[in-house]
Amino acid sequence: MFPKPIEKSSAGVRRGYQVLLPIALFIWLLPLLAIFLTSIRPAIDINSGNVFGVPSDFLLIENYKAVFVQSKAGMYLWNSVRITIPTVIFAVGLSCLTGYALSVYRFKWAVPLFFVFVAGNFVPFQILMVPVRDLSVNTGLYNTVTGLVLFHSAFQLGFCTLFMRNFIKALPYELIESARIDGVGEFKIFWYLVLPLVKPAIAALSVLIFTFIWNDFFWATVLIQGDHALPITAGVRALNGQFVSQWQLVSAASLLAAVPPVVMFFAMQKHFIAGLTLGATKG
Amino acid sequence: MFNTLKKSAAALAIASLISAPAIAGDLVINFDDPNPAPKEGFETAVEKFKAANPDINVIVNITDREAHKTAIRNFLSADAPDVTSWYPGNRMAPFVNAGQFEDVSDLWESEGFNESLASTSSAMTIDGKQWGVPYTYYQWGIYYRKDVFEAQGIDVPANWEELLAASAKLKEAGVTPFTIGTKYLWTAAGVFDYLNLRTNGYDVHNDLTAGKIKYTDPRIVDVFEKWKQLVEPGYFVENHATMSWQEALAPFVAGEAAMYVMGNFSVAAMRDAGLTDDQIDYFPFPEITPGVPRAEEAPADAFFIPTNAKNKEDARKFLAFIAQPDVQTEWNATIGQLPINKNASVGDDKFLQKGFETVSTASGLAQFFDRDAPAEMAKAGMEGFQEFMVKPDRLDAILKRLDKVQERVYK
Amino acid sequence: MSSTDSAELALNNSSGPPSGQRSWLHRNRIKLAPWLFLLPGLIFFFIYVIAPIFQSIWISFYEWDGLSDKEWVGFANYVELMDDDRFYTSLVNNVWWLLLYMLAVPAGLGIALFLNQTVTGIRLYKSLFFFPFVISQVVVGLIFSWFYNPDFGIVGIVWEFFGATPPAILADEDLVTFGIIFAGLWPQIAYCMILYLTGLNNVSPDQVEAGRLDNAKGWKMLWYVILPQLKPATFIAVVVTVIGALRSFDLIAIMTQGGPYGSSNVLAYYMFETALSEYGFRMGYGSAIATVLFLIMLVYISFFLWRMYQDERG
Repeated sequence: MFPKPIEKSSAGVRRGYQVLLPIALFIWLLPLLAIFLTSIRPAIDINSGNVFGVPSDFLLIENYKAVFVQSKAGMYLWNSVRITIPTVIFAVGLSCLTGYALSVYRFKWAVPLFFVFVAGNFVPFQILMVPVRDLSVNTGLYNTVTGLVLFHSAFQLGFCTLFMRNFIKALPYELIESARIDGVGEFKIFWYLVLPLVKPAIAALSVLIFTFIWNDFFWATVLIQGDHALPITAGVRALNGQFVSQWQLVSAASLLAAVPPVVMFFAMQKHFIAGLTLGATKG
Repeated sequence: MFNTLKKSAAALAIASLISAPAIAGDLVINFDDPNPAPKEGFETAVEKFKAANPDINVIVNITDREAHKTAIRNFLSADAPDVTSWYPGNRMAPFVNAGQFEDVSDLWESEGFNESLASTSSAMTIDGKQWGVPYTYYQWGIYYRKDVFEAQGIDVPANWEELLAASAKLKEAGVTPFTIGTKYLWTAAGVFDYLNLRTNGYDVHNDLTAGKIKYTDPRIVDVFEKWKQLVEPGYFVENHATMSWQEALAPFVAGEAAMYVMGNFSVAAMRDAGLTDDQIDYFPFPEITPGVPRAEEAPADAFFIPTNAKNKEDARKFLAFIAQPDVQTEWNATIGQLPINKNASVGDDKFLQKGFETVSTASGLAQFFDRDAPAEMAKAGMEGFQEFMVKPDRLDAILKRLDKVQERVYK
Repeated sequence: MSSTDSAELALNNSSGPPSGQRSWLHRNRIKLAPWLFLLPGLIFFFIYVIAPIFQSIWISFYEWDGLSDKEWVGFANYVELMDDDRFYTSLVNNVWWLLLYMLAVPAGLGIALFLNQTVTGIRLYKSLFFFPFVISQVVVGLIFSWFYNPDFGIVGIVWEFFGATPPAILADEDLVTFGIIFAGLWPQIAYCMILYLTGLNNVSPDQVEAGRLDNAKGWKMLWYVILPQLKPATFIAVVVTVIGALRSFDLIAIMTQGGPYGSSNVLAYYMFETALSEYGFRMGYGSAIATVLFLIMLVYISFFLWRMYQDERG
């Protein structure tokens, strides 16, 4: 293990480490703490310059309630759910198919096609922006949740395919082989043999895609403009315009936007990190 | 595989079900100001309209003004509401030229707007047709802290020298003469427009925004030289580039800044922030070049019908409704602005009375730099103004750049 | 067809002898199956990702406002780019982003080394350190704009504590880009940290012990023994950081909109501003900017694919 385990150090070093740890964390999360404190302050604190001291009054419920009452934050949050969940299902589902095809079959297009997916995953959004917007406008999908879901699913397919393909590739190939010898059909092999084995990958991908899509701001800005379909990220920007100088409300709304991915992260931490770090260990 | 496809198709179907499109009989209106007073004024008018037309189901989208300005291009072509708020002058030109706004000359004819809304008809007209119906306009000028002026023994300045003297005196007393927030750029254009209108007059303003005069023209350079006399001694608040116009109110409210070149919509925000009418007042931007006839900035706001609207019949009803004298009277009293309809009455608020007096005696009314100039030119110009206010010594480079943009935009 | 045949088919791709007893479909199922699996995803990906890339490049040769008809202008948009100050400002800022964003890699490694212990509660510490990555960049941008506010932000308070006048970071053309990059580094460091933590988990203890026996300590051990083993983690960290740097859109949109007067613009935001914002709907010009951005990214994509290709063969 590197660095040297702290237990093997002197008592002083150990004590020092124990003290340093919370201090470092405090500094690291200072921006978050500050914004949380702000979100429960009365407006008067901010105007009078008390932005980092103890709030003169704790308005946790009042401020957060104000966000929901005075703005459409509730609707934006719901829109985010309606955009994120179908995208996760769609992108992960399709990538099980593509990942399977590109890992199990050895045909001459397997590697080039795989590389197309990988390359597409890295493309800057801006090169897609004008045509995708145009396509959405022409097909009536502009400014709809459906339009955003379709695009997100297609784009995330690049990353998902990369992920799934590598995961399935690492499975023992003999399993598939022996199933074929037993005369099991190709789709059945996929459905009954491979799919149960890739469950961890599905879980990991799902939490990752959930976070990516929930936090998307660019495509929401490009493809959505009405409140009826605006997700919370773009919604928070809109609220920022509405609650000018009311930092306590802007802060509360921002934190609300951050809650679902944070909950997702803590609930599914193992999968999340496994997904994010795939490839960071082998090679 | 088929199974998965079926599931995907089902997911797709569900996803499309959730977003419910507007159906005929609905009247979708996009409005651009969520600030408390404008929102109230708009919503009250909508309620009255609903009461008068119970069969129309009105759906309202209110977005922040900066967001609305970006969104309109999208929704006009992609998912048009039946009515949208927008601005007259050159600001509506791209949409009119691209056939995105409905010609409402018929309405002007049948409702007698050519007479009752005559004051704004030229700003609403392109190619001899009218494209929207205005509901409000407002004066610009200098809002100032009367109590601060009195404490320093300063009188309302009547000309440029007096303005400079007043500024110097304030600065000496530790009060920044002007507050401004240029984060969203347009506020700087208000200052520029007034300096130009007072130095060179209405025709030069129009020629510049129409691309007939270069930015390196000596007359325009002269405007910036005047501006420099305010910028270089530090007569504007620091950090103005980080602030929106609302945020820039803070030093004004706190008495740390004494003047604000602004539109009358800011009065409501000043009152909301706790200032009383004894503390604030208004004076027209003072004279610079003697003998130049006094022209004012008096931008109007209007409603338009997109060409792609689904319910144009009810949209016309709404446009006719908001032009009515009683509607405009009440609406403008709420938002603290001036009604367009000449049969409506101006609120008895002192700012409205003074403003009405100012604009009705002006020799010409400008819409505003970013409404009179084409959008791209306006953007480049206002960025230039902002840069000038931070780095006045770059004036030459800025003006040359603006000439370059001008050459391209007006080709 | 015997089952051994079909196994052979699977291994040799297609060269197995057809037995001719079953239908063509059945005989070729191994050949067909991958295409059937791929088809839905491939079509989808083609429509929304592959085709738009070429469409964008195509549009960049037109003058188009998104409302009226397109007008062919050849390379005029690119010629104009060469003479556009805003474009150069954005390009230079992109270089700053790429360079400074790379700090996330060593910083992430540093925190990972700091946290790679087994004291009680360390797991919670690790997750809390990772926290910023999970939060939307929109929120990060809002937090930092407030931080940087000279009148009531933390920066203002700290500066005033030392008796100095706080700088208006987001209004100063010389500071603004660095201010935004600093905000962006926060979640990016967290990302790199988690990559290294996982990498450190898999460092072979034998080699560490062997290194210790060779008297390697501290920096030497890190450089000669640990880092070579962390190579895969470093590779991924660099790749995601480069991509993050070139995608720097959200923070700029939230914090400055490219201001003051365009000085914090980057290609990603400048493209959006020209093509889709209030003051311009120049789809062709915007697409030309996007094409330049794409070409820059293409260098990295090619590098990444080449690396992967080596892996695939090796």
